Amino acid sequence: MAKKATRTAYGEALVELGNLNKDVVVLDADLTKSTKTAMFQAEFPERHINVGIAEGDLMATAAGLATCGKIPFASTFAMFAAGRGFEQIRNTIAYPKLNVKIAPTHAGISVGEDGGSHQSIEDIALMRAIPGMVVLSPADATETKKMVHAAAEYNGPVYIRMGRLDVPVLFDEDYDFEIGPANTIKEGTDVTVAATGILVAEALTAAEKLAEEGISVRVINVGTIKPLDGNTILKAAQETKFIVTAEEHSVIGGLGSAVSEFLGETHPTLVKKIGIYDEFGQSGKGAELLEKYELTAEKIISVIKENL
Amino acid sequence: MSNIKLLKEKASNVRKDIVQMICAAKSGHPGGSLSAADIVTALYFDEMNIDPANPKMEGRDRFVLSKGHAAPVIYAALAERGYFSKDLLGTLRQYGSILQGHPDMKKVPGVEISTGSLGQGLSVANGMALSAKISKEDFRTYVLMGDGELQEGQIWEAAMTAAHYKLDNICAFVDFNNLQIDGNVDKVMGVEPLDKKWEAFGWNVLKIDGHDMEAILDALAKAKECKGKPTVIIAETTKGKGVSFMENVCGFHGVAPTEEETAKAVAELEHVEKIEA
Repeated sequence: MAKKATRTAYGEALVELGNLNKDVVVLDADLTKSTKTAMFQAEFPERHINVGIAEGDLMATAAGLATCGKIPFASTFAMFAAGRGFEQIRNTIAYPKLNVKIAPTHAGISVGEDGGSHQSIEDIALMRAIPGMVVLSPADATETKKMVHAAAEYNGPVYIRMGRLDVPVLFDEDYDFEIGPANTIKEGTDVTVAATGILVAEALTAAEKLAEEGISVRVINVGTIKPLDGNTILKAAQETKFIVTAEEHSVIGGLGSAVSEFLGETHPTLVKKIGIYDEFGQSGKGAELLEKYELTAEKIISVIKENL
Repeated sequence: MSNIKLLKEKASNVRKDIVQMICAAKSGHPGGSLSAADIVTALYFDEMNIDPANPKMEGRDRFVLSKGHAAPVIYAALAERGYFSKDLLGTLRQYGSILQGHPDMKKVPGVEISTGSLGQGLSVANGMALSAKISKEDFRTYVLMGDGELQEGQIWEAAMTAAHYKLDNICAFVDFNNLQIDGNVDKVMGVEPLDKKWEAFGWNVLKIDGHDMEAILDALAKAKECKGKPTVIIAETTKGKGVSFMENVCGFHGVAPTEEETAKAVAELEHVEKIEA
């Protein structure tokens, strides 16, 4: 299967957007090569603003641009966007509901070698807690591009969580994405895996392996973590025995929490969460760390088997 | 000089409104609203290209109240200028009012950005000024910061950005009243030497008496003439200016005057107005 990093797809999508809409501007905080906003910078230097290593300034400058009708995409690593820039995002972007796209890369532990200080495993929780914030998490390069375009068309604050590693391209160009609906990408009747980001590929692998053993697994790609598509989750809870959530994020406040919160009020269902269990990451190759923290198809399989 | 006289009268009206609305609200920040009254009056009644009948007018100048707790000064100026009825001033900080404790751009016509959390307004102003440069528009962006607010590190991030991108379409004010909640700014966390700091960050620096209307207008004109770098006007002010018992009193940073105090304040402001007339 072809592989491509979501951040690379982001860089390409920005260039497409730059050609489509002269109001699109891109901001970065000294990470243009890593976040891939350098691709936009090369094409539209007059619409690319590097504020230096200053993430608070990055977010509030984006807010100012948005008040004047621009559509700013603000990029840095997820750690420094959602972490360092939290209060600027909360008060100066989201409180006035400004049309800013917060588009960080290097989310999760698959950042790898940089270690725990750079591995954002709390950003979904932080962004999800902000009133009105839309939180998107692409599974592959195709979905990333569609999300970036959808975010540009949506009027309001959006957080798009992208990664560093090359990951399998799961979807064709005809894959549909719109903000809101979760996509059931594999039907199944025994159990449901609701996954997001790079765990979607793992969920598909797990479903294929379990099918060989006669276990029918439904796979839902939750691209929009907020607002959560309750209908699709509820239907899965009603039609399958239990739900497994899988994400490259803390189990506190992420997709697993969102699904649990929703089902707790609508249709109490067993929700088994796969994610990081209240600890920080460490240095290592991305693949090693995914193994170490059990963010794998094997883990999904074992959790399903233990609970079926 | 009739223009100056008119502006002084407007500033006095703004001050009376500030004191009265905070009294009615029984909470708010009179000290830093009063110290900024002359600057804000100069901007709204002389300097800025704005249209109260069309608050979103294309190409209008922008104002960012970075020290958002001075909300009463912008509310008073906007009401005096006709953006909304002065009757609303009595609803400050009340449930259901458009006049939130700190300015909310979604609620108040004429407020360009919601503020309140300190240290972010200069970055926002940079964004506005960058937007103007990108779209080749010639509007100007004004921003008012507190001196205590300069303790926020993000101000200096933004100061670098403005100079780096040569944002000569920005004019910033520092309302230098040397008081913050916990006491004198130089005692809590010194910010001096301000002129040298801003110069070192690549700004054109002007220093004025922030209550001298002619000096404010003169500085604004000089700021416009300066090309290739942003201008900051360090305006030496008195916290609580115009109300004798509030002047330089730290306690009036965030405490409302009583009805008796308010009556006394309004009388004082009217007395000064008569003498100057």
